[in-house]
Amino acid sequence: MKTCLVVDDSGVIRKVARRILEQMSFDCSEAENGLIALDACKARMPDAVLLDWNMPVMSGIDFLKGLRAMPGGDKPKVVLCTTNNDMKHIVEALGAGADEYIMKPFDHDIVQAKFAQIGLV
Amino acid sequence: MRPADFELLSNLLKLNSGLVLTPDKAYLLESRLMPVARKHQIPTMEALADKVRSRPDDTLLRDITEAMTTNESSFFRDSKPFDQLRDVLLPRMLEARGARKQLRIWCAAASSGQEPYSISMILKEQAAKLAGWKIDIIGTDLSNPILDRAKEGLYTQFEVQRGLPITLLVKYFKQEGDKWRISDDIKKMVQYRRLNLLQPFGDLGQFDIVFCRNVLIYFDQPTKAKVLEAISKQMPNDGVLLLGGAETVLGVTDRFRPMEGQRGLYELSTAPALQKAV
Repeated sequence: MKTCLVVDDSGVIRKVARRILEQMSFDCSEAENGLIALDACKARMPDAVLLDWNMPVMSGIDFLKGLRAMPGGDKPKVVLCTTNNDMKHIVEALGAGADEYIMKPFDHDIVQAKFAQIGLV
Repeated sequence: MRPADFELLSNLLKLNSGLVLTPDKAYLLESRLMPVARKHQIPTMEALADKVRSRPDDTLLRDITEAMTTNESSFFRDSKPFDQLRDVLLPRMLEARGARKQLRIWCAAASSGQEPYSISMILKEQAAKLAGWKIDIIGTDLSNPILDRAKEGLYTQFEVQRGLPITLLVKYFKQEGDKWRISDDIKKMVQYRRLNLLQPFGDLGQFDIVFCRNVLIYFDQPTKAKVLEAISKQMPNDGVLLLGGAETVLGVTDRFRPMEGQRGLYELSTAPALQKAV
């Protein structure tokens, strides 16, 4: 079973995303900011990360840069999932190593389509 | 809805568009045609049926037909046909048309443009291999309003997130407020025309590749056969037809046969046997 780390400071969003991903047969874990997510990746590198951008303590983009600099940190597929719905942010995320980008609000079909595009489904 | 009205309107649809409606879809007819009735200042479905029965005008008949067509579409819908276009059909056509350097592709149900634009993006990504080629992509649809949407090329955030890789969004779209507009480079690769698949195709010409996906599912068997036969006449002997995942030629027509090892792809039955192996 593939693993996915859901990183978002909103418990509601984590719950919704987790439900969608579990329906897609992912084994999910959660983190409420980038720093906790980095620690989780150090302990066990997931196959995928669904990542919010705007979070306290450490943002999604800083987490992504930190992840890609870690040993083995190039492996997980990272999908940004954010309200930063503009071209400038999308380009910045791709430049930092994101594989896909979901603009909130999202639903099951969008998550499924995005994960399929990067070979996770 | 009165049974006689349902029969009248469903027969009209079958005649004009090939769409087959069973009586359990009366609710669909009612929900989609009430806005048409209001537009024509007709107060009820019964009055709409009476108008069709007594003195219909072309605009009303066209509005009724267009309101009943399904326009579900997304970029790179089902993904596999587009992989087959890039990995199987284009290499084959590059070889077969190498001397003439001309390729014509037809999207027979272009809807709001996602399919022809997906094809255009694939071709644009192969630009180096296609340098010097003349490529026509023709998108046709029964509905004028939906073709207007296709020509405009403006999509919601929801639409650009269904099937479109983010790298292609960045490359080929511009943001306009909360919507996304396809670039002129991609848009100008596609020409749109209104076309009813049940009527003569006129001067449409010949096509090397025909996308006719998720259209036949709405037709009965004789109509499917008629449409497939008409499409076959628009294709050269080595042309290829792509159908939707729930569609087939088997048991419908002998004008096409499945391409070996390529689900959803069909070649003319008259094509040389060697064309089967790809």
